[in-house]
Amino acid sequence: MTGRLEGKVALITGATGGIGTATAEMFVREGAQVMLTDTSTEAQYALSDRLRDEGATVSATTLDVSSAQDWTDAVERVDQIFGRLDVLVNVAGIVYWEGIEDTDESSWDRVIAVNQTGTWLGMRAAMPHLRASGNASVINTSSILGLIGSGGAAAYHASKGAVRLLTKTAAVEYATAGVRVNSVHPGVIATPMIQTILDEEGEQQADIVRTPMRRAGRPDEISPVMVFLASDESSFITGAEIVVDGGLTAH
Amino acid sequence: MAHDIAPPSVSGDGLLGSVAVVTGAARGVGAATAAWLHSRGVKLVVEDLRPEVHHLAEQSDDVVAVQGDVAEEQTAVRATQMAVERFGRLDILVNNAGRTLNKPFPDTTLQDWDDLMAVNVRGAFLHAREAFKVMQIRGQGAIVNVGSYTCTVGLPQGSAYSASKGALAQLTKVIALEGGAHGIRANIVAPGVIETDMLDNIRDDSRDYLRSFASAHPIGRIAQPEEIAEVIGFLASKRSSFMTGAVVAVDGGFTAA
Repeated sequence: MTGRLEGKVALITGATGGIGTATAEMFVREGAQVMLTDTSTEAQYALSDRLRDEGATVSATTLDVSSAQDWTDAVERVDQIFGRLDVLVNVAGIVYWEGIEDTDESSWDRVIAVNQTGTWLGMRAAMPHLRASGNASVINTSSILGLIGSGGAAAYHASKGAVRLLTKTAAVEYATAGVRVNSVHPGVIATPMIQTILDEEGEQQADIVRTPMRRAGRPDEISPVMVFLASDESSFITGAEIVVDGGLTAH
Repeated sequence: MAHDIAPPSVSGDGLLGSVAVVTGAARGVGAATAAWLHSRGVKLVVEDLRPEVHHLAEQSDDVVAVQGDVAEEQTAVRATQMAVERFGRLDILVNNAGRTLNKPFPDTTLQDWDDLMAVNVRGAFLHAREAFKVMQIRGQGAIVNVGSYTCTVGLPQGSAYSASKGALAQLTKVIALEGGAHGIRANIVAPGVIETDMLDNIRDDSRDYLRSFASAHPIGRIAQPEEIAEVIGFLASKRSSFMTGAVVAVDGGFTAA
């Protein structure tokens, strides 16, 4: 049976995180060839080895998304190894929880550099190949915190709101160039990034209590959305915000 | 620790053997959606005002037809009952039946307003309410409402239409809020202009007229019904298991610009 992503080559950033790994696993299961990237010197290579042992066509490289040079190098490696690029999934992101007054400049700058600038740099580096694909898809991971304010994590909110709008202008800019661009807005998802909070507060965590579905989401509930947006099933969707939050922002 | 914060996953899309009610199924997006679901092994109650809806049921034992006015309470009751009596359950409701009206605001009559609201909102409300009651018993279900880009932006000369689609979006969110504890998800698809036969009886050049809206969509074309059916199917399936209360724009960038 043909996978939903058969014949497509994808680059995933933040591939060793909760959402990144689930996305990589589902992408290869659906027949995609994948370049796995992250800042680690080991983790994405180990992931690549594991998926390759399971029969996937994958490679890995080290990529700090805040570095334009790293992006140039990563896209070049994709070209050398796979010869094309059809899907870019920007998952890499960091968070500091400090609010307006408690955030220092270096923290602010780092969050913006990774989450916001990194998303732009990735689209800029990948776009020539994505345009050449003729049928490409960019998926930028924003957050419900790119839609609503929490009262903390000032830089994170700013960066995720930026990703939302950057996505829309990119969608408009490349709409007739065969490249769709959409943002995904996860709610509370049980990943290592928030594991400490989940460990401390569990189901009493305030946002989980406020989630109509009354639980955190799983990374493998984000990855099917990534697959959907990467595939031709979503052929008329561009410039959209796909909210995956168990209903949290519905009230 | 030892909390099961996020329960174990269910593999696949969960569609095979499930049961769906699809309104406005005789043509356009409704027909495309019924065909999509059927091809994934979903048993169907197809509903429409038009007698053509019976053709769909004639082709398969897994499809039963209800002919009726979507805005009538009895139609909603009957369609829901059919699903339970014939197939033993109801997993999916697609509120697709809808009408459009193009008329300057000051010329819009009370009848125009009431008719649009009855089909586009009241019909969806009645079917969702009946489905919700059944879905609540099993503790699972997915409701997919077919909205419009006018869920969020206005259409000149489409006052009643836009108001009806905005109402449908807000209704969807409340169903999601109340359904969350019962395993019932509700989402709304907000399409751009779609190439269907919806205006064939209203104007001779209906397809050319629809295609003239291509330039209003950044993607440079209007949608095919199958492209909307794909999104409806995704939202009806377990692949969207953490999505509820969402307005999903399927509009080629229309509302992004």
